[in-house]
Amino acid sequence: MSTQQQEPEPQEPESQEAPEDPEMRGAESPQDRRLKEKEQGLAQEETVDESDLEGETVHIKVFRYDPEIEGKQEPRFDDFYVPFEKGMTVLDAVMYARDEFDSSLTFRHSCRQAVCGSDAFFVNGRQRLGCKTQIADLEQPVRVEPLPHQEVVKDLVVDMDHFYDQMHAVEPYFQQADLPEGDLEEQRQSRENREKVKMSTRCIWCAACMSSCNIAAGDNEYLGPAAINKAYRFAMDEREDEEIKEHRLRIVEQEHGVWRCQTQFSCTEVCPKDIPLTEHIQELKREAVKKNLKFW
Amino acid sequence: MYEHDVIVVGAGGAGLRAAVAAHEAGADTALVSKLHPVRSHTGAAEGGINAALQEGDDWELHAYDTMKGSDYLADAPAVETLARDAPDDTITLEHWGMPFSREEDGRVSQRPFGGLSYPRTTYAGAETGHHLLHTMYEQVVKRGIQVYDEWYVMNLVTDDAPDPNDRECHGVVAYDVQSGKVEGFRANRGVILATGGPGQAFDHTTNAVSCTGDGHAMAYRAGAPLEDMEFIQFHPTSLPSTGVLISEGVRGEGGILYNNEGERFMFEYGYANNSGELASRDVVARAELTEVGEGRGVEDEYVHLDMRHLGEDRILDRLENILHLAEDFEGVDGLVEPMPVKPGQHYAMGGIDVDENGQTCIDGLYAAGECACVSVHGGNRLGGNALPELIVFGKRAGRHAAGEDLGEAEIETGYGDDVEDETDTELPVAPGEAGLDTSGGVAADGGVAAEAEGLLERAVERERARVDRLMDKDDGIQHAQIRSKLQNAMTDYVNVFRTEEGIKKALKIIRECREEYQNVYVDDPSRTFNTDLQMTYETRNLIDVAETIALGALVRNEFRGAHWRQENQERDDENWLKHTLISWDDGEPTIFYRPVILEGEEKTYEPKERSY
Ligand SMILES: Cc1cc2nc3c(=O)[nH]c(=O)nc-3n(C[C@H](O)[C@H](O)[C@H](O)COP(=O)(O)OP(=O)(O)OC[C@H]3O[C@@H](n4cnc5c(N)ncnc54)[C@H](O)[C@@H]3O)c2cc1C
Ligand code: SF4
Ligand code: FES
Repeated sequence: MSTQQQEPEPQEPESQEAPEDPEMRGAESPQDRRLKEKEQGLAQEETVDESDLEGETVHIKVFRYDPEIEGKQEPRFDDFYVPFEKGMTVLDAVMYARDEFDSSLTFRHSCRQAVCGSDAFFVNGRQRLGCKTQIADLEQPVRVEPLPHQEVVKDLVVDMDHFYDQMHAVEPYFQQADLPEGDLEEQRQSRENREKVKMSTRCIWCAACMSSCNIAAGDNEYLGPAAINKAYRFAMDEREDEEIKEHRLRIVEQEHGVWRCQTQFSCTEVCPKDIPLTEHIQELKREAVKKNLKFW
Repeated sequence: MYEHDVIVVGAGGAGLRAAVAAHEAGADTALVSKLHPVRSHTGAAEGGINAALQEGDDWELHAYDTMKGSDYLADAPAVETLARDAPDDTITLEHWGMPFSREEDGRVSQRPFGGLSYPRTTYAGAETGHHLLHTMYEQVVKRGIQVYDEWYVMNLVTDDAPDPNDRECHGVVAYDVQSGKVEGFRANRGVILATGGPGQAFDHTTNAVSCTGDGHAMAYRAGAPLEDMEFIQFHPTSLPSTGVLISEGVRGEGGILYNNEGERFMFEYGYANNSGELASRDVVARAELTEVGEGRGVEDEYVHLDMRHLGEDRILDRLENILHLAEDFEGVDGLVEPMPVKPGQHYAMGGIDVDENGQTCIDGLYAAGECACVSVHGGNRLGGNALPELIVFGKRAGRHAAGEDLGEAEIETGYGDDVEDETDTELPVAPGEAGLDTSGGVAADGGVAAEAEGLLERAVERERARVDRLMDKDDGIQHAQIRSKLQNAMTDYVNVFRTEEGIKKALKIIRECREEYQNVYVDDPSRTFNTDLQMTYETRNLIDVAETIALGALVRNEFRGAHWRQENQERDDENWLKHTLISWDDGEPTIFYRPVILEGEEKTYEPKERSY
């Protein structure tokens, strides 16, 4: 949402804390009434005993919060029991809960195949893509929460603006002064070079890495692993020339850039695309030193 | 109220390309998308992008293959434009830094794909779409093009001239998903729909959850016809449990299909004696289902796709992504065991009726990408031909909307001079007549001369009122119920194999869904990120789209491309070298036809038997 002009919205607290003074928007009485009815309905569903359902079920505990609805302003967990099927993912389970039990359960998702990056959640204490995580591999009850250290918009939806801003800050686009003559002539790139940047090009902007990073949590200006990896993707691409590479290195070695990284590897651990983020950050540090750029 | 010269709805490959082109042509351009651009479904494309780049290949061969693949239902001017522009536009992506796979000499790699006479599928590993989408989004960022992401477009704003050919589109009404705020977007030069496919009309699909045919339905209700909707491509290799796609690249690299008896059935049973696994998709999909139907399927449901013999190195180099997909979504290790596959809904050949410049019959309304039917795919799309369509026709639509002169189009749109009327097929239920929440309501009630501003304001008011109505209603039926009923009906009856009786059943169920939708309500009382509301809007679009697919399938009583009819096992060139068009008039669908253009610039494409 970063390129868009938007009226400032009230900022909501992080998932782990109770909201202090959430602004009420349009919480009119019919809505409240319905919400109460719904809560009663939900309460019934919640008390559904596992044994009432035929076959194997999965118990998920899903984080709930809505700044606008009185009953949901206080963050809480709702319990859902969904029938288990082989191959079921966390995303399948929350979709089932939404479609069958509570249509107000809110989360982002789209591709169901780990390429759109929209369903990164905090599942049993770790950042994971819902669609890529098999329920069978998890301990129950499965706790599904929004990504930590991001503002929660509603339920599992977090505000991504800050993440997008950091991505945009590294000039995330190819810059090449001289293109080959002729419209049909491509720039040559060696296989080795493509191989070198390959992993870095796989980022799906899910923000799992950012959410797992202690430094990013403490320093809001830190570019963060995803943005630095994006810079790496271009800085290491031999099709861009030296001058622009230097420019890129200057961006990442600024005060809130690569030197903030304390090689804790948490980003690398959670990245669903297996991008060696910490390594990339380290390599950019080395490049910056080689180029005699200024230390912070 | 927001205002721009060109408003592009949708930020997948087609929308991003259109926006860059419109911006380069000097128009103040904005993208409005229900998903952040990098979340668009184009990111899921795996196999590659066709372009005649190498010596020994040329665009005419590409055009020829495409006409043949289409089963002679594509329009030659569109196909030739595609084939001719694809090389340039593909290299443009390379110039923008797209990380294509490379040959030893540093040039971009190309590989064989089904139905192609030359290995002209340019690729970036098995994640071509991801790279294309991100590369193009990067260009949008570079140019500072305005993006309204997570804004859901609800409707188009046109006047209500009686003849759609006289209508003009002035903008769209959308709501900000995060805040629930409904606003008007005025487009001074044009609106480009690039909303992607309608795969969610089916239960088992390779398409993302967001592929709900919104653009199709909005254009349809505004009066632009939908063309050739019956032609739905079922991809032969999707994973049985989720529908996740296993790229045709696997077969392109030499992957083999086996039945439960370990027979290489494509050859063994003569489905495609020359091309085997690389026959076009409709042929392979039918072969698989026939195998399952005759008891030679695995677990009575699927067949096996084996790539083990390609060797670990080659697999890791070119198909690594496939290993992850099989592992994460099916729990199968493609290096040591064959992968289970079955056909899944994959692509819509049909779509909004447009010409080579992306224009519909409504002034100022364009469409590009999978939601459009410029008619390059006809009865069957060749793998690797959708991505070049996005960039070639996305770019053209952007330029034209921005006011560039691209020359007169050869393809006609709308209900023009060349159309043929009516169908004598008996419909099982009276079509159309849908009442408040499903009917058009797109055209404003102010008459032709009404000011754009006024039209927009009224349209915004109407959508606000509709939202209020949906949210204030206390009970009724929820969209999820209607949606799954619709999806199941389509999968049961309008799938790979089709019968008249089945399609009629589907139409009856679709009609029931339409009626039930009159009673739909949104249970989530919050305006913040209300996906319940969004999905309720989407479900209404799916009903319209599903109906056109089924209607098209019913009236076309021949066998062509992906459209297989039990009662009619022959391609009927005498009667059916024509496009099916369905337009929404006075609250009900009207069916008419337009002849296929087989005449290209220099040659005419003679329909031949399509054998592989
Ligand atoms: C799994 C898979 C693999 C494929 N592989 C290949 C391949 O190898 N080669 C090939 O040529 N083709 C391939 N295809 C086909 C091709 O990828 C698609 O046809 C193409 O990407 C569609 O692009 P698009 O830009 O038209 O739509 P999409 O990328 O789907 O984008 C649609 C956009 O519209 C927006 N939108 C939709 N509705 C609204 C609304 N109401 N309001 C606002 N915004 C809206 C969405 O947010 C999104 O940004 C594949 C398809 C699939 C499903
Ligand atoms: S680097 Fe990995 S974890 Fe971080 S945003 Fe990209 S894909 Fe997600
Ligand atoms: S739904 Fe797209 S990454 Fe999970």
